[in-house]
Amino acid sequence: MSDRHPLFMPLILVGGLIFGFGLGFSHMARPEVVLNFLQFDDFGLVFVMFGAAIVTGVTFFLAPRLLGRAPLTGDQFERRLKSFDRNVLIGGSIFGVGWGLSGICPGAAYASLGIGNVTILWALAGMFLGAYLQGRWRSQSVSADSVTAGAD
Amino acid sequence: MVPDPVLLQLTTELFPNGISRYAIGGLLVGLGTVVIYLGTGIPAGASTFLESTLSYVSGQSRFQRYVSSRDWRLVFTFGIIMGALAFSATVQSGMITTSLYQPGTTGQLYEVGGLTLWSTDVQPWRLLLGGIFVGIGTRIGKGCTSGHGVCGVGSASKTSITGVITFMIVAILTAQLVAALGVSP
Repeated sequence: MSDRHPLFMPLILVGGLIFGFGLGFSHMARPEVVLNFLQFDDFGLVFVMFGAAIVTGVTFFLAPRLLGRAPLTGDQFERRLKSFDRNVLIGGSIFGVGWGLSGICPGAAYASLGIGNVTILWALAGMFLGAYLQGRWRSQSVSADSVTAGAD
Repeated sequence: MVPDPVLLQLTTELFPNGISRYAIGGLLVGLGTVVIYLGTGIPAGASTFLESTLSYVSGQSRFQRYVSSRDWRLVFTFGIIMGALAFSATVQSGMITTSLYQPGTTGQLYEVGGLTLWSTDVQPWRLLLGGIFVGIGTRIGKGCTSGHGVCGVGSASKTSITGVITFMIVAILTAQLVAALGVSP
């Protein structure tokens, strides 16, 4: 970690600042506005998600072709590709219940704090609790698996 | 050119707050992601922060796998909070006014030392219970609205597109059901 480029952390911070400003500007940091989308009262959220995905889409398409390696890490530019399995559907459904109930997702919850919404600490506490619970279950099932399978 | 009145009315119905704040906000979210990606090659998502931060206090193997990224994820989240605060100090406080920003009427605005801040009316039990589901679901489902929705869709990843469609449909059904049960806000 000490061998990281000196500009690595500053760049992450700048990216986060722009990202958070955008979440504030788009009103995604307001649970009410997300709920208004999910209840079909205001379809603006579509423009947020696709507006963002178009910018990343063009970049993720061009960078691997035009640029060599990332200047601050030396890593190859790659797309974000995750393997598909049941968990994508199960986890996605659980996330959907939570998002539909609360109107808030992780990034928007952090931004919500920044716009002064102290009440969102309830949601953040819930997210940490939920992440902890699934982590405990999965850590235990992994170690149980490796015990049955012998050494891992 | 005169805009078609039917089209205009449909647009007002679907987008009562216009589209500019959404589109510009979305472009900025994408730009923030791209700045990090072009410098580091990392397609950053927001929900891994939950588990990577838990690795500071829990030795569970599920969290310890994120030890190497936990410091920059803290900085990323700190940046998101500060970026939103910068939005409050400028646009939300009226220091910068633009026709591209519709202030809207949701929640409550309040003032602290010249800064216009905002607070939600959504009930705490919804936030807490919903948050627990979000914490479980995003981590099991391999991503959230930024990881799957922004980076994954931007990568044309079939896994992410499937994930987005799944959580979108379930969230719509949940929100409509909760509203139909008379819970508001």
